[in-house]
Amino acid sequence: MKRLKAIGAFWYDFVVGDDWRVATVVVLALALTAVLVHAAGINAWWLLPVCVFAALGWSLRRATAGPKP
Amino acid sequence: MTALPLILTVFVACAVEATEALTIVLAAGLTREWRSTFQGMAVALVVLAVVTAVLGPALTLIPLSALRLVVGALLAIFGIQWLRKAILRATGHKSLHDEASAYLREVAAAKAAATQTRRGVRDWYAFTLSFKGVLLEGLEVVFIVLTFGANQRNVGAAAIGAAAAIVVVTVTGIAVRAPLARLPENAMKFAVGIMLTSFGLFWGTEGAGVSWPGHDAALLVLVPVTALVSLGYTTLLRPGRRPQAAPPGGAQAAAPSSKPSPSSKEVAS
Repeated sequence: MKRLKAIGAFWYDFVVGDDWRVATVVVLALALTAVLVHAAGINAWWLLPVCVFAALGWSLRRATAGPKP
Repeated sequence: MTALPLILTVFVACAVEATEALTIVLAAGLTREWRSTFQGMAVALVVLAVVTAVLGPALTLIPLSALRLVVGALLAIFGIQWLRKAILRATGHKSLHDEASAYLREVAAAKAAATQTRRGVRDWYAFTLSFKGVLLEGLEVVFIVLTFGANQRNVGAAAIGAAAAIVVVTVTGIAVRAPLARLPENAMKFAVGIMLTSFGLFWGTEGAGVSWPGHDAALLVLVPVTALVSLGYTTLLRPGRRPQAAPPGGAQAAAPSSKPSPSSKEVAS
């Protein structure tokens, strides 16, 4: 069980990394892009880059924010 | 895309990983014992070869759009993590990954560990240290080679880039017999993060069914835009900050200034 947990933790760290929110944003943005393309016929090439750059800024802000007084 | 950008991207990405693996192998070999270190390295390379042999052909069987969707998402996530770390390090919110101090830490731990013979290996500590180092860094190399290679349907070119990086780093390491501390590692990671993120955005979006304006030429815009956004964040975070908790052994500071950084969340890794 311990070994399984360690393997799971390794793969989580390998794929997701330090901030799971960024990974979530990427997956959701891709899903939304697919919906816009296939269901609404919108060629939403801009959606993922916008979401990813915003997620990077958000993640950096969280990482550099000081402790609340 | 021609093979040259693919080879160069994979070369730089793999050079970073090979440098980190070299640091661990040198620490194990020079302080413990070379034979067990090479055994650990060899077993790790066999495991990596098996992973590549199994995953490589399997990836080429997956339809290109599905492959691009999954790999694009993974590359984007991977790339942003690299960029995030590189930006935090460049702005002093995280200690720089310093190969010299990483080497000193490994050496201190290796000297303190007891010698144990197990399963025909003379020094189990040197074996496991070398095995883990090569396997973990090697997995990232395999990931980069397979994802970039499979997406371009040119695993051979990606493998050439990776092999060249490993040979260059290994030969340099043997020549200087020391960790490659003078490499601008954070700048390389920054560049790799930009490439991984850009290719991830491009392939992921294509996999979702989008048609990029200008098709492959969109990458010529996407890469500079990603670089500009990242540099913008670096500039925004830089002023009035001071590097945090340098690891023992003298990690360099990236952005010295007069005010202490408020962040204590990020630690060296």
